[in-house]
Amino acid sequence: MKSVKLHSRLTKTLRISLTVLLFFAFSVSSFSQEIDEARQKEGKKLFKSLCASCHKLDKKLIGPALAGIEERRENDWLKAWIKNNAELRASGDADAIAIFEEYNGSNMTAFPQLSDKNIDDILYYTTVGELKKKEVVADNATGGSVSKASAPEWLIYILAAAIVVAFLMIASLLKQVSELKGNTKIESQSNLKRDLHELWQGVKQNTFLKVLSTIFLLLIGAYIVFGTLFKVGVDEGYQPIQPIAFSHKIHAGDNKIDCQYCHSSAKHSKHSGIPSVNVCMNCHKNISEVAEETVVDMGDGYVLGKEELDKEIAKIYKAAGWDADNLEYTGETKPVKWVRVHNLPDFVYFNHSQHVTVQGLKCQKCHGPVEEMEELYQHSPLTMGWCIDCHRETKVDLKGNEYYAKVHEQLAKKYGVEKVTAAQLGGMECGKCHY
Amino acid sequence: MKNFKLIIALVVFTSIVSCNNKRTPQVQYMPDMYESVPYNPNGADGINNAPVNLKPVAGTIARGGHPAYDIADTNEGYELAKTTLTNPLEATEENLANGKKMYDIYCATCHGTKGDGNGVLSQREKFSGIPNYKDRDINAGTIYHVIMHGKNLMGSHASQITYKERWQIVQYVEKLRTDLAK
Repeated sequence: MKSVKLHSRLTKTLRISLTVLLFFAFSVSSFSQEIDEARQKEGKKLFKSLCASCHKLDKKLIGPALAGIEERRENDWLKAWIKNNAELRASGDADAIAIFEEYNGSNMTAFPQLSDKNIDDILYYTTVGELKKKEVVADNATGGSVSKASAPEWLIYILAAAIVVAFLMIASLLKQVSELKGNTKIESQSNLKRDLHELWQGVKQNTFLKVLSTIFLLLIGAYIVFGTLFKVGVDEGYQPIQPIAFSHKIHAGDNKIDCQYCHSSAKHSKHSGIPSVNVCMNCHKNISEVAEETVVDMGDGYVLGKEELDKEIAKIYKAAGWDADNLEYTGETKPVKWVRVHNLPDFVYFNHSQHVTVQGLKCQKCHGPVEEMEELYQHSPLTMGWCIDCHRETKVDLKGNEYYAKVHEQLAKKYGVEKVTAAQLGGMECGKCHY
Repeated sequence: MKNFKLIIALVVFTSIVSCNNKRTPQVQYMPDMYESVPYNPNGADGINNAPVNLKPVAGTIARGGHPAYDIADTNEGYELAKTTLTNPLEATEENLANGKKMYDIYCATCHGTKGDGNGVLSQREKFSGIPNYKDRDINAGTIYHVIMHGKNLMGSHASQITYKERWQIVQYVEKLRTDLAK
């Protein structure tokens, strides 16, 4: 009996000591996970400047993903490889040759300038990875987008309220008319049809009112007819829904990519073409997802966040036939059916190179503030009057055009000006654009 | 009297608002003068629902064009370009000026206006690890080779710039490199 008691006491103390030990071990191990921020920062800096063009931590790029590389390879081997991988391969190291073959024999740059400490810092960064950021930024971003989206709704409510008020005013006026006519309130709710009839009778009997209202009606009619006619074929403000939600603001505005980087045919040809997807892939081979806080506000309360935008990038991959997991082209391409926004009729000749390269106009002159557009729209009316207005004002730069020097001199003398405008140079002759 | 006008004004107002749909193009007068009647072989639908003419016919050279670049995109090709290719253009101020213009459009976003690898995309951490020209052993041949084929994360820029412009860029990059090495 006593022995049993002793036994149970023994196990109890053992258990307690074990838990205490475990607790200690746990706290010690969690302590060791503390990150040396200075080292991580140093390693990150080196990694970003030297390695990141071919390696990512979590994904295969040109070379393998490097997160946790220290667990997979010996430290000495890594140092030898990083300093001069060609030498290591030449020495007949089987691992080195194997990895070189696996990545289709793409040469990794040698980094003899890195010291052992540098390499250790880089490896430390690959092991600990990114420091966790505070999640305040993301919250702010979503809050901002919500308030942005609600702005146009306000306007709609105000308009709706105004319309309701207007209708109430009409109703009260109608009531007053019927009362003035001597109709005592027989029915409390006024009959619109009957009131209109009374109004009609009233106008018919008064010649002045008759003439006035006829003129008024004619004016309104003319306004509507001409307003509609002048809109025929003029697509100012046209903003079609595109197959990919491409934001010019992010590309040309925030990232300052030149217009001609993508629309490269503007400088030599009649058309400023839509870039083929290989141009998209020049960057998007690397950028498969947008930054965490990216938000595209398409208007009408339609806001795209990271999740939607990543799907938009995946559409490019589909068009280009790019397998984002294995990082290779499958060969199954599919053109993107962009919707054309700026469209001159076929009976007008317009040449981009003449305006962009020869005259040196900024694209924004005609296309408006594209770098601020989340979704592209037509900024200018593209009517003939609009073309001619600009031709009348724009002075032509005649420098370095000796062949026509004499003609230009004569023209300048004829018009009595120092610099001729595009119109004086023939930019208003019918045959220049219509033939 | 007044209310009648008001009603008309409201009708006009609503009709104008409702007609103004930005998602659809406006009505066209005589649309066959806007859109050509024959089918468009270069369009997305092409002929029999298959796009045609996506690439130039194999073995042809455009008028005034140059033979296709036939050095392969391999390590051997890179070395071959390094030893055999030279700039066919003369090193003139004019070429250099246009080289700078083209460089600023097609290269500077990543490589930086000075060629130090610190372009806008690098500053915004969209791309990292862009090398400084002075840290790399490059010459005219390899620069041209890399413009044609790309290297590592850089894609081919052959489709965006012409033969002449590429060599002008090569001249400008070489100048940047010597400036950086100073």
